[in-house]
Amino acid sequence: MSTPIPTTTPSSVAGGSGGSGGRGRRRQGARRSSALSLGLARAGLELRQFSRERTSMVFTFAFPIVMLVIFGSVFPDEIAPGVSFRQYFAAGMIATGVMLSSFQQLAIGIAVERDDGTLKRLRGTPMPPLAYFLGKIGQVLVSSLIQAAIMLGAGRAFFGLHLPSSPDLWLRFTWVFALGTTAGTVLGIAFSAVPRSGKSASAIVSPVMIILQFVSGVYFVFSTLPTWMQDIGSLFPLKWLAQGMRSVFLPDTFAANEVSGSWQLPLTAAVLVGWVVVGLVLCLRTFRWQRSDAG
Amino acid sequence: MTTTVPTTGGLDGADHHDPTAEPAVRITGLVKRYGTRNAVDGIDLEIRRGEVFALLGPNGAGKTTTVEILEGYRSRDGGQVSVLGVDPATAGLDWRARIGIVLQSSTENAELTVAELVHHFAKYYPDPRDPDEVITAAGLDEKRNARTRSLSGGQRRRLDVALGIVGRPELLFLDEPTTGFDPQARRAFWDLVRGLRSDGTTILLTTHYLDEAQQLADRVAVINNGRILAVDTPDRLGGRSAHQVRVRWSEDGADQERVTQTPTRLVTELAARFGGEVPDLHVMRPTLEDVYLSMIEAEPALGEEQS
Repeated sequence: MSTPIPTTTPSSVAGGSGGSGGRGRRRQGARRSSALSLGLARAGLELRQFSRERTSMVFTFAFPIVMLVIFGSVFPDEIAPGVSFRQYFAAGMIATGVMLSSFQQLAIGIAVERDDGTLKRLRGTPMPPLAYFLGKIGQVLVSSLIQAAIMLGAGRAFFGLHLPSSPDLWLRFTWVFALGTTAGTVLGIAFSAVPRSGKSASAIVSPVMIILQFVSGVYFVFSTLPTWMQDIGSLFPLKWLAQGMRSVFLPDTFAANEVSGSWQLPLTAAVLVGWVVVGLVLCLRTFRWQRSDAG
Repeated sequence: MTTTVPTTGGLDGADHHDPTAEPAVRITGLVKRYGTRNAVDGIDLEIRRGEVFALLGPNGAGKTTTVEILEGYRSRDGGQVSVLGVDPATAGLDWRARIGIVLQSSTENAELTVAELVHHFAKYYPDPRDPDEVITAAGLDEKRNARTRSLSGGQRRRLDVALGIVGRPELLFLDEPTTGFDPQARRAFWDLVRGLRSDGTTILLTTHYLDEAQQLADRVAVINNGRILAVDTPDRLGGRSAHQVRVRWSEDGADQERVTQTPTRLVTELAARFGGEVPDLHVMRPTLEDVYLSMIEAEPALGEEQS
């Protein structure tokens, strides 16, 4: 404690805008800001905070690249005519990056905010709940776009990744990316209810992500996984997200190497939309502003 | 104890205790159960507009539960509650814009600066105070651009208060606001609270520091085992102004002590007996703490603590 509160305190508190003094001093007709503008303000705040948590930010962005380097060096072989494992893996890591910056970031971040009282404090203000979620969505959108840009750049420079060559493929990339990010966002918000404390959040969420990556055919070619593992992987969005990314970044001929022999784009869209709906329902039913031990 | 909090603040002070005004808080028959135990067991309370009201009680007495029901954080199992004329259980965001909440210690938003947070929170409210003036009032001028991670415990607490008052609340909840403060910081904080009070803000304070309640509160309530034991001004609580004054002096090489209801008469007699100065004379009225402890100790503790 070093800073004494100035003795001018009362008058400076009593001042302020409006300045009519007294209990009836609330400005007539003053309106609360809209959820949208507050959502934008919150997104700015969240991003500022995120950008200052250097280690966390670097790790989030660097993790997929590091994995690319490791796996790309270990398995340099061709897995199909004209397709190297590096390319296959790069597409999968782009999908993983989407889930990291949406699902993992939110599941951990919100669990921590619930534990440390951020959410409780916000609940005590007139901030519309929607503004909080818009802020999170904004944060996810910006960070996952940065993530994707880094991955595309690194993939192209070092791993033989071909950027989409036609507007059609860019469009496909856009909707796969958007649906994957949306699903990851709502599921991340929903999953944040699972960890019982902020400290345990990353210990619970990270293994979930790693297991998902294995059963979704990110680290190994999906068609080479045991059938039971394929079946489990097919239940979750990452498998479809990764397959969708392969359809964008690998030659069309590789579709024949997929389990179904095609890219299954309509089914991919349906599964991801399904997860968005499931995630939304879970969010609405399970979201809590306080720790579960607070009656 | 010499300082009495003035009953009128600024120019608008006259209407602080307008008896016809709707009270800031009205509680009747409030009950909150945890399992089979009544953490709050039938509380009736009224907090007037413009007063500083202190809620005293040991941990587990039901203080936090009661306050969190008033803040809209917890549901209740029985009774009626009106805060600024609205039931907190169903209150919306417009009601939240009229209250300010300073929770117990928090650690969040470590990477944001004081100024960023106060300016940001101001945006939530329809008619906020000037964030820079609030930072100054909270004594955080020098820490304006410091990240909250770097703040000391006391500075962190003052930031909590700044965030609680930036919305220009009609009713401010202060939950153990000065825990961990050094004496100088506490005095400065008390000045801040008095400033808010003279600005017309109703304040509900919970504290473990009896001197804090004595200094700040217009009225105090003592709560234990989920019930209100007494409500009065700090000076009159438990009838302490009238009773049990302890007079101590030195005579024949030994300390003498007597408890009396007529200390003036006793001191006059002593002065006559000693023919002037009475050696080592002390006249002690029971402090708020004495009264509080005797009230709590007279009650058997029930059940366990509920934070």
